[in-house]
Amino acid sequence: MVGVELAYWAESLLRVLGGLVAVLLPAGTVVYLFLFKMMSFMQSRLGPMEAGPYGSLQLFAEVGKWLQKEDIVPTNAQPEARIFKIAPLVVLASTFLLVAVVPFGPDAWFTDFDGGIFYALAVSSVSVLGILIAGWSSANKYSLLGGLRAAGQLIAYELPMVLAVIGVVIQAGTMNLQKIVVAQNAGEIFGWDGLGNPFLLTQFVGFLIFMIAVQAELTQTPFDMPIAESELVSGYMTEYSGFRFLIFFIGEFATAGVFSMIASVLFLGGWGVPFAWFGWTAIDDVDNWMNVVGPLILFTKMIIVVFFVMWVRFSYPRFREDQLQRFAWKVLIPISLANIMVTAVLKVAF
Amino acid sequence: MPKPKVPGLLKGLGVTFSTLVRTATDGAATVQYPHEKETPPIRARGVIALHEGNCTSCMLCSRSCPDWCIYIEGHKELAPPRRAGGAPRKVNKLDRFDIDYALCMYCGICVEVCPFDALFWSPEYEYSEPRIADLLHDKSKLGEWMETVPEAPDLEVGADKKGKK
Amino acid sequence: MTMLGDRQQLSYIAAQAADARVNVELETEGMTLNIGPQHPATHGTLRIVARLDGEQVVWAEPVAGYMHRGYEKLTEVRTFPQVTALINRIDWLGSFANEVPFILAAEKLMGVEAPPRAQHIRTILFELSRIANVSLFLGDLGVQLGAVTPVFFAFRDREYVLNLIEAATGGRFHPNFDRIGGLKDDLPAGFIDETRTVMVKLRRFCDEIESLLFGNEIFQSRTRGVGVIPRDVALSYGLSGANLRASGVEWDLRRDQDLPMAWNKADWKVWTHPDGDSFARCWVRLQEVRESTKIVDQLLDTIPAGPVMTKVPKIIKVPEGEAWVSTENPLGEMGYYVVSKGDLGPFRVKIRSASFNNISIVPWVLRGVYVPDIITILASLYFILGDIDR
Repeated sequence: MVGVELAYWAESLLRVLGGLVAVLLPAGTVVYLFLFKMMSFMQSRLGPMEAGPYGSLQLFAEVGKWLQKEDIVPTNAQPEARIFKIAPLVVLASTFLLVAVVPFGPDAWFTDFDGGIFYALAVSSVSVLGILIAGWSSANKYSLLGGLRAAGQLIAYELPMVLAVIGVVIQAGTMNLQKIVVAQNAGEIFGWDGLGNPFLLTQFVGFLIFMIAVQAELTQTPFDMPIAESELVSGYMTEYSGFRFLIFFIGEFATAGVFSMIASVLFLGGWGVPFAWFGWTAIDDVDNWMNVVGPLILFTKMIIVVFFVMWVRFSYPRFREDQLQRFAWKVLIPISLANIMVTAVLKVAF
Repeated sequence: MPKPKVPGLLKGLGVTFSTLVRTATDGAATVQYPHEKETPPIRARGVIALHEGNCTSCMLCSRSCPDWCIYIEGHKELAPPRRAGGAPRKVNKLDRFDIDYALCMYCGICVEVCPFDALFWSPEYEYSEPRIADLLHDKSKLGEWMETVPEAPDLEVGADKKGKK
Repeated sequence: MTMLGDRQQLSYIAAQAADARVNVELETEGMTLNIGPQHPATHGTLRIVARLDGEQVVWAEPVAGYMHRGYEKLTEVRTFPQVTALINRIDWLGSFANEVPFILAAEKLMGVEAPPRAQHIRTILFELSRIANVSLFLGDLGVQLGAVTPVFFAFRDREYVLNLIEAATGGRFHPNFDRIGGLKDDLPAGFIDETRTVMVKLRRFCDEIESLLFGNEIFQSRTRGVGVIPRDVALSYGLSGANLRASGVEWDLRRDQDLPMAWNKADWKVWTHPDGDSFARCWVRLQEVRESTKIVDQLLDTIPAGPVMTKVPKIIKVPEGEAWVSTENPLGEMGYYVVSKGDLGPFRVKIRSASFNNISIVPWVLRGVYVPDIITILASLYFILGDIDR
């Protein structure tokens, strides 16, 4: 442990600040790097260029714009205005709860408990609640359709996601995210430990299913029917304006960042470098400087994962709702069940 | 087909990625407007310029305009005779020549019907105004556009005659 | 229930019955969804009233007229040269193609014919506007299906075509270049070479769209077998253009009519597709863009020398009579029935625009589909609102 003793309030403050950074920084990076720049370049244009060098301050301009706008509650939503207003906060809360279990370094974590991945998968469904509330309380037919689609879709994809993670859990022998990271970096491939043992290699099928489920969970194209701007205007977000829309927006992209972090923790070795490089064997050997470098490594891995998420988003058209359900139940779930069986058999065999 | 079939999903990713690379290396297809500008073609119908000296206020343009956005007022004046001892000539004098660009459809009929070469197209396009009323250009403003009027372009091979305006 | 036609009455009763059925079985009630007049997918202000059972459409009806501009009436108080400036704006994406049938009808009444060079250039510009129009459709198709990138490709490459049209005619969207008896002007120098390079770019655009959209398995699963219009239904609803050809009817006015245009001087193919579903309609359009680039390339080689204008009086008075000319426009058959009483302007013009007839099939084809399919079917039917409402 770091040899600094902090008062409880100081530690709490630090955690709150850390949580804000861990949610907002990925969101900002994802939006600028991918939504503004990568998308533009993929469409032979430059994206925002005026605010700051290469448009890097565009985010602040956008946030400022949204903050200035009026906070409108539609007339038909007035009786339930409180519920209408609380919905985006529920969505964002899910993101904050999610980031709590992500380990950023040997000692840099918010909480470290043994049900980590179980908890993460559980709280990620809280956002469904917020979306459903938003869709229902907007008193708008498009919002209603969007909210219901979102609920159906997120529940359908929760299952393959859990099943894909089970393979990792079996292999690592723990549900603690920190221990999963250690298991990957301290591991070895047939006696060669130069790369550790990232579960990407052994759980490639699981990784693919997890990423597809993440894509659906994040409601990114090809699974963006809840928003589906050409059909449902903007789905459950249609009636939101000003900073409540901003919160939805931050929630969407922060969740993209946080899910990518979880994906890199589960499959790419998280914050760690292969321990063999520095002669470490267990988590207690890891030097303190990894608490600074670790988050950067995790961040880099997150960027790489988000790149793929966004690349798919900008290239593909979207599924239809029934096709999506069929895909989840008839393709992804059987494959992930098979994956679990194979993993379990191999785990016992070796 | 002997070629192995690449799944369409991967091909699509390839297209976007190659465009990404192309934009990064060769530059974007777009133009950063206030900083760089594209030059419109010579024939581009940007704004109508008026050569006041040629105008006889014959009202042909005003009458042929499909949405009647040209306003002309004139009066007759006596000009000194051409030859000494002749009778004084009657000349049409132009008082007002306004084009309301808020109404104009940029069809070009007025330029075409003008029998005295008083109206010309200029490719200039940057004359937007904060107030819609300012889009009514009077004859001095229309006269200022005259210097932006380009020479008529050469014609493609096989054309019958050299281009007029 | 007053003032409804028989068919509407029947479908209304069907909707009510469906509601009742749903109510009995599942204790749910249907929902009427107004798609439009302000909606991202209707490119314009078309309104589709859809009666939904869950996400399934029980009954749907297009409501047109939100953007009616009264062109048929407007033309009655305009002279013939002024009319061309107006009718440009009917199908605003392929506006040169709107002028041609009207001018041909007026020429028919006057008994003049444009010189061969003018006919050639007319055909080239006609095909260019088809390319500009349909390539935007191909990009827009992506947006309707949720893919954001194709539309930017479409705008990027359509820009080259618009630049060509602007260089030749002076107007990017509304050329107003066609005149009774020929063209306003000849082509500017360098046009032919420029067009050739642009056609190469457009063919590359078609390849890109094909691998980005048409080859994509998601796209295929969204469009194949969706919104199938059988051959006889397509014919009985009066569909035209690519919508009809996608139902397997080999019908193309460019080939089937003997107009004073240059299509018969080029070697090209009429593409048809046997399926009649959304995919077929989109695919036929993609092939037509390719075919149009070929037509333009061939016609560029063979532009005859000569004048672009015959002798016509300075003040055009069209002799008394009636004429009907229709051409194969980007959206389908577009025709003008021009009645002249020997005045400066037409006495009456009836405009047969393709989209108006094409969306008449909407109630038939939307029955029983899902909400997302409404959008793909509407996108694949491809209408331009100005062309519906005029």
